[in-house]
Amino acid sequence: MKRKNYAYPYVFWMTIFVVLPLFLVLVYSLTFKNGLKAGITLSNFTRFFEPIYLNVLLRSINLALISTIICLLLGYPIAYIISRTNIKHRNTLILLFLIPMWMNFLLRTYAWMTLLEKNGLINKLLTSLGLSPLNIMYTNGAVVLGMVYNFLPFMVLPIYTVLIKIDKSLIEAANDLGANKFKTFLKVTLPLSLPGVISGITMVFMPSVTTFVISRLLGGGQFTLIGNLIEQQFINVGDWNFGSAISIVMMLIILISMSIMNRFDKDKEGVNLW
Amino acid sequence: MKGGYKLSEKILELNNITKVYEDNTVIKNLNLYVRKNEFITLLGPSGCGKTTTLRLIGGFESPTSGKIYFEGKDITNLPPYQRKVNTVFQKYALFPHLNVFENIAFGLRIKKVNENEIKKRVKNMLSLVNLEGFESREISSLSGGQQQRVAIARALVNEPDVLLLDEPLGALDLKLRKEMQTELKKMQQSLGITFIFVTHDQEEALTMSDTVVVMNEGVIQQIGRPEDIYNEPKNAFVADFIGESNIIDGIMIEDFLVEIFGVKFKCVDKGFDKNETVDVVIRPEDITLSRENNGKIEGYVENVIFKGVHYEMTVNTKNYTFKIHSTKMEPKGTKVYLDVEPDNIHIMKKVR
Ligand SMILES: Nc1ncnc2c1ncn2[C@@H]1O[C@H](COP(=O)(O)OP(=O)(O)O)[C@@H](O)[C@H]1O
Ligand SMILES: [Mg+2]
Repeated sequence: MKRKNYAYPYVFWMTIFVVLPLFLVLVYSLTFKNGLKAGITLSNFTRFFEPIYLNVLLRSINLALISTIICLLLGYPIAYIISRTNIKHRNTLILLFLIPMWMNFLLRTYAWMTLLEKNGLINKLLTSLGLSPLNIMYTNGAVVLGMVYNFLPFMVLPIYTVLIKIDKSLIEAANDLGANKFKTFLKVTLPLSLPGVISGITMVFMPSVTTFVISRLLGGGQFTLIGNLIEQQFINVGDWNFGSAISIVMMLIILISMSIMNRFDKDKEGVNLW
Repeated sequence: MKGGYKLSEKILELNNITKVYEDNTVIKNLNLYVRKNEFITLLGPSGCGKTTTLRLIGGFESPTSGKIYFEGKDITNLPPYQRKVNTVFQKYALFPHLNVFENIAFGLRIKKVNENEIKKRVKNMLSLVNLEGFESREISSLSGGQQQRVAIARALVNEPDVLLLDEPLGALDLKLRKEMQTELKKMQQSLGITFIFVTHDQEEALTMSDTVVVMNEGVIQQIGRPEDIYNEPKNAFVADFIGESNIIDGIMIEDFLVEIFGVKFKCVDKGFDKNETVDVVIRPEDITLSRENNGKIEGYVENVIFKGVHYEMTVNTKNYTFKIHSTKMEPKGTKVYLDVEPDNIHIMKKVR
């Protein structure tokens, strides 16, 4: 009975820092203030469905999807190889992979700016080799690169964690029943690692679709993503009502995609780093 | 070899196998052959290298030195998926993401057997292991005994030439264990498959096998029919491991005469040095007790336990406490004399 009391500070915390802000966002999104007039409205939401804003949403989802797919294609083999090295080296490899993550997110992204710039390191290297310099900075490619670089560990870690947990004797059983290495991978390792893949996809897709730092720094002004749009409404335009409405839409999109992903992850074996 | 003519041909041969992990020699110079349709059991205490031997045969480990032949062909370096051998693993290793049907069908799907044939064979297997109607059950919903039977079905459905079973009954309770022993033996005989069975339970080994291989510390101690292993253990280790035994120091006075604790006994062994110290092994059921002084070993009954069929008594003598099984009870504290028939005395060279 008394245990219940321990929950009160938590409930208090949740109310102040989660429920209240969310409630405020909801209130802002459903109201308007025009000079002296104020009231309840749905216009903030309908406004979002104008083509310019919808395009921003589509571009955000598109870039996030591309980044997620690239992360998966890169991350799965990396996780697989690390899980296959012997225990002594395994932890070192994972550590090497994580060290950049301990640096500040902004710093890491700025570092890419100096690399990709017109007179950045990469182009200097290319010209010194007699090749023509590339225009990478401020393209969709640069944004995707930034996302992949920043979020790849979120793909590798959950897959790796699931892979090392797979019972070795299952692999042996498959071999015993006539499956060669490739078939064993397809029929045993891959299906058993799906929970990790699903966590990985969720954990890369969500920060990718909402980021505004990467798109602003590496995408310049012209590649506005939905995160930038929200930021602009709050900071530059000062239209908190519209900004809140976009935030709510964004939240719904994330909730829907998470519930779709969770449906795949029947056994709830996925690893969540959040 | 006794009756060698009627025996079927060798199917598997291990030749001078040694296996070393880092600096730990786990299998030492092991030589063993297995005949077609034989039920052969590797028996020995935990850690003696039974699983390692099985893994070498299955192809999951390769020997540090030595060769493995299958039907005369060298398979030492063949990967597991190319060997005509299937394994029932110690902890079953069933695929958790597949249901019972798909677990059993796994090997057949790999071989691209057609769907109707797969259905038919899996169904047959399920009825063989008494699991009809379990097709769509999840593995995690099965009891230990049921999982064990799925593991057997999954291996047997491939109709391997040789089936390896690593302590498959270890996790079962006594009653189920006895049932499965009989069932396994029946399956082996009706399907005509060679079984290489691993256990640390001597009773299981003796009741099920055609041939028993007793191992200790990576070395084969004795290979033989269960009766031979029991009645004529080759050394004190085998005698001790196979059933209870009294193992006593004795002195071989001359051929056919051994002295135990100052008392001379006739025996049937010869070929030892004069006055050589030997191990004398006597089964508890082979000792007779008498109250009259017959000049044999004198002692007092220390403890009596009724075991259903026989009494288990311990008798204290000056030098040793004997275990004795008899249908005739002597009450606690009785002064008795211990005698043994000559052919029940087993003399063994001391291993030093
Ligand atoms: N992969 C391994 N690496 C090192 N030592 C091992 C390995 N596998 C088994 N051993 C050792 O080999 C010995 C025999 O093991 P095992 O064959 O499993 O015995 P059993 O099955 O008879 O209990 C044990 O001492 C065990 O510690
Ligand atoms: Mg073992």
